[in-house]
Amino acid sequence: MSKKSTVKEASSTAATNHAQAPVNARLSAEERIELFRKMVRIRRFEERSLRAYQAKKIGGFLHLYIGQEAVAVGCCSLMGPHDHVITAYRDHGHAIAVGMDTKPLMAELYGKATGCSKGKGGSMHYFDPSRNFWGGHGIVGGQIPLGAGLAYALKYKGLKGAAMAFMGDGAVNQGAVHEAYNLASLWNLPVVFVIENNGYSMGTSQARSSAGELAQRAAGYDMQWGQCSGHDVYEVRAMMDKFLTLARENNRPSTVEINTYRYRGHSVADPDNTYRSKQEIEEYRRTRDPIQLFQDKLLAERVLTAATAEQIDTEARAEADVAADFSEASPFPTPADIQTDVYWEADNPADRRSQGRLFFT
Amino acid sequence: MPVITYREAVRHALAEELERDPNVVVMGEEVAQFNGAYKVTEGLLARFGPQRVVDTPISEAGFIGVGIGASMLGIRPVMELMFWSFYSVAFDQILNNAANVRYMSGGQIHCPIVIRGPANGGTNVGATHSHTPENVLANHPGVKVVVPSTPADAKGLLKSAIRDNDPVFFLENTMLYGEKGEVPAGEHVIPLGLADVKRPGTDLTIVTYGRSVLHSLAAAEVLEREHKVSAEVLDLRTIRPLDVDAVLRSVAKTHRVLIVEEQKPFASVGSQLAYMIQREAFDELDGPIHRLATIDAPAIYSPPVEVEQLPNPRRVLQAALEALG
Repeated sequence: MSKKSTVKEASSTAATNHAQAPVNARLSAEERIELFRKMVRIRRFEERSLRAYQAKKIGGFLHLYIGQEAVAVGCCSLMGPHDHVITAYRDHGHAIAVGMDTKPLMAELYGKATGCSKGKGGSMHYFDPSRNFWGGHGIVGGQIPLGAGLAYALKYKGLKGAAMAFMGDGAVNQGAVHEAYNLASLWNLPVVFVIENNGYSMGTSQARSSAGELAQRAAGYDMQWGQCSGHDVYEVRAMMDKFLTLARENNRPSTVEINTYRYRGHSVADPDNTYRSKQEIEEYRRTRDPIQLFQDKLLAERVLTAATAEQIDTEARAEADVAADFSEASPFPTPADIQTDVYWEADNPADRRSQGRLFFT
Repeated sequence: MPVITYREAVRHALAEELERDPNVVVMGEEVAQFNGAYKVTEGLLARFGPQRVVDTPISEAGFIGVGIGASMLGIRPVMELMFWSFYSVAFDQILNNAANVRYMSGGQIHCPIVIRGPANGGTNVGATHSHTPENVLANHPGVKVVVPSTPADAKGLLKSAIRDNDPVFFLENTMLYGEKGEVPAGEHVIPLGLADVKRPGTDLTIVTYGRSVLHSLAAAEVLEREHKVSAEVLDLRTIRPLDVDAVLRSVAKTHRVLIVEEQKPFASVGSQLAYMIQREAFDELDGPIHRLATIDAPAIYSPPVEVEQLPNPRRVLQAALEALG
């Protein structure tokens, strides 16, 4: 393998106009508005879910994606029929980005039987195989080998597609991630490893957790890599398009580090007062909010009017309320549901081949 | 009927399933070019090619995770662990991802993988390479666990495991790879969860599985010959699903039970069995349930002493006599 293959993809300077990248230039006005709408819908969904959490309607963890919306929306907007997505526990944005209905998503948070995982998974475990979305995984870095496995299956079946395996910046220090990097490169798997670098692995800054540059580690595995800003959905799309094409056309993996920021704590259990300042968050929100930035762009492009932007926001808030109302009205699963969806065979008794007891007391 | 080794029986099952289903892929360390660390996969690369028989680096979490991910899209990977002891470095993949993904997705996903390899002591390789994790694995709802004792069972159960839509963990034994037995050629499928009476008897039920079946059969010979005791040896074959009914049927016949397992005693497969027998057949018992396990310590290296740490015919005989009171 030549050294050329590990060269970093030069990315975003402020001077680069990512809107002119072919993958963006060809977007229709409607498609641009749809990108904006998805980001707004994610944010309003999550704000609504936080209120529900504070009202004690939701148990466990709630890892909010607020501030990172352009990453999932930009990446997932590039998906073709054989492209697949897997991510970690901060998964609400990806689920909405791939097109999941917000009602079952909210109901899952409420622990209701109408939830996308029937109330069995919770916030960290959203799945929708019909939309090529494979979760929603709770253990840091544990989903990354699975993402390489999705790519393995695509290649094995001769399908032209790519897997996007998302992780946070904290995951890059997990062994499973490095094992997946090695296998993906060794076996020429069509996977893009996406590091959503929001600067903090829980309450530990990148400087305190990771030696060296994060994406650059890919070079050690003979993979191409790139870095870009995650505040500009055009930039995310321009960068990811190159690497998705590399995967689909050449069966080569890559690693893309997308710099982003979360406005909320690691989870709702994080008081967010030990590792960063309120000024830092405010500064970010003021200057690099992905939704505001994209709204400004679309206004300048005359694709969007202030009135349309307002209407989209109003509709997104209403959609989130509808999802919350749906969840509120939905039934909880019953204790009888605890032991379904454990074994395929138990759920498909007509096709069961094994004998003996599957469950114990 | 052809007489072949346990090793060949496993190989035949792999070859037949590779032949039958194009989505079956054999992968693991040294399975292809090296012909298998224990020669189980010998010749499969030459016959099926590198797309179907895949060498992996020493990277258990990585390649097992890849197999699980691929299985979600319909591939049926049969992954070899050179030793089941190495499951510990892939624990998160095996028992968080494979075991839970169906449940956490509300039944939208299934994970038709097989992980197979030897899990046994007795080869003087010390504590790190001698784990018998069937109890640990079976503790996780969503998975199936198989521990075959004979060549015929190994073939028939592995074919079922590969066709199963749930994750199946298949625990072989390096000490059994050279054991010979009659094995039907061609299609021979034994359902998971079906125990087998390896020797009928009337005075004592020895419930066991894996290599301990052989020790128990040897002890039963001596019991018959020297003590006029008729011991029934019941081979569980599958730990989960568990053929509880077969155990209860045998207990109802003999009224005395000895459980023999190559397991550390604390929270072992035998612990679960003993609970179930007393709960469901209390009135059938003429005495307390006895158990023979591995002596409770990490696996000792010293070759002659390791023999005594594990179940062996002498220890089984002694335990049986104690169980008979």
